[in-house]
Amino acid sequence: MSNPQQLRYSKEHEWLSAAEDGVSVIGITEHAANALGDVVFVQLPEAGDTVTAGETCGELESTKSVSDLYCPVTGEVTEVNEDVVSDPSLVNSAPFEGGWLFKVRVTDEPADLLSAAEYDAFIQG
Amino acid sequence: MSSTELRRTALDALHRSLGATMTDFAGWDMPLRYGSERDEHNAVRTRAGLFDLSHMGEITVTGPQASRFLDHALVGNIGTVKTGRARYTMICGEDGGILDDLIVYRLDDTGAGSPRYLVVANASNAQVVLDALVERSAGFDAEVRDDRDAYALLAVQGPESSGILQSLTDADLEGLKYYAGQPGTVAGVPALIARTGYTGEDGFELFVKPEHAVELWQALTKAGEGAGLVPCGLSCRDTLRLEAGMPLYGNELSASLTPFDAGFGRVVKFEKEGDFVGRAALAEAAARAERTPPRTLVGLVAEGRRVPRAGYAVVAGGEVIGEVTSGAPSPTLGRPIAMAYVDGAYAVPGTAGVAVDIRGSHEPYEVVALPFYKRQK
Repeated sequence: MSNPQQLRYSKEHEWLSAAEDGVSVIGITEHAANALGDVVFVQLPEAGDTVTAGETCGELESTKSVSDLYCPVTGEVTEVNEDVVSDPSLVNSAPFEGGWLFKVRVTDEPADLLSAAEYDAFIQG
Repeated sequence: MSSTELRRTALDALHRSLGATMTDFAGWDMPLRYGSERDEHNAVRTRAGLFDLSHMGEITVTGPQASRFLDHALVGNIGTVKTGRARYTMICGEDGGILDDLIVYRLDDTGAGSPRYLVVANASNAQVVLDALVERSAGFDAEVRDDRDAYALLAVQGPESSGILQSLTDADLEGLKYYAGQPGTVAGVPALIARTGYTGEDGFELFVKPEHAVELWQALTKAGEGAGLVPCGLSCRDTLRLEAGMPLYGNELSASLTPFDAGFGRVVKFEKEGDFVGRAALAEAAARAERTPPRTLVGLVAEGRRVPRAGYAVVAGGEVIGEVTSGAPSPTLGRPIAMAYVDGAYAVPGTAGVAVDIRGSHEPYEVVALPFYKRQK
């Protein structure tokens, strides 16, 4: 698998797009989606919610388990992906594209977000 | 995370070449899934799936008194099992607690009325069962042999399984009934061919020598190509058995429950000849269950999409009235399902106001009779 170069990554396996007009798109990586197995339910924050870097902001349920969703940055949620709410399998089939989770107007971000190369090394660790 | 101590089946390299996600299951490194577990599940329901179940614990029992010994050691009436047939049964402690659930195959008579049985235990309990059988065999002219390393076990499950298997064997599969097993040859490999499984579908389990496992797997894969057979991992095996309402030791069954507490009192045969381990405690448990019905194993179907997991509380009117033992999203029903033990007052299908406490949120669930899924014959 290849982790897109233009994204940045958290150690909790979320990805973050470069901000456009201050807004970044957030999702989980293909590595995380593969580890979860078939995702059957996603609970996301709502538009207008304030999310904080490193804190849980939702849940992902797969056949075998439920996992917390961590927010990689701090800010205000501007939009959630309603397509992935109604069809959670998008997280598995297109984790970096149609399976994106929500958008955040970023006010603060931690210093330890990883580049694609660093994230590759981290998951191969 | 080191996996060097995990036991590997004869098919290990093959699983890895197929890209399987592996998992530690009862000390074995087993395939959890090869691709999507939902696709694997649906393949078994509609076509066919191929499983490596070599982690299961095989124990051979032979000797002139093998039947009497097993009647003493297990709760079922094993002496009445005919050659070539199998029986679902349990082994209990002196206190009546379930040590494991088992399938016992009566293979053949080795001559002079000396039968041979194959006892198949869960991987997690195989040592406990083996130790108990050895201990209980004292005084009987019967031999208990650890055959865990003597067999690989492959299962072909699903509506297409008989056609696939028949293309590789001369054995009369049409004449092989559910819960029957006979020796034969599959793809040139000697096998015990059993019509058993843990999926709720028609299917077969093939006990072969480990050195034949790869050859047999490849032959089955090739024979199943046109019929849509896919390799299947333990993840879909769990959702298949859950939909079929089949108990899993460690979830629905445990040493702290007697078969009567677990709703499986029917496997205890008091009418059989001779004493058996746990009889007194089980008779008490049966009488107690008659007087004060214990919690009942029921099915729960979600109205929402959040998935109940083992250990979650079942609630009604703000009170805890039961506990989930197994839960998963059901590919067949398209909704989360669970098995749970609930107080008798809430066990009737359609009982209103039942919910599962899913991490603090009370999600409404419908009480249904088990199983969730029954195949059309």
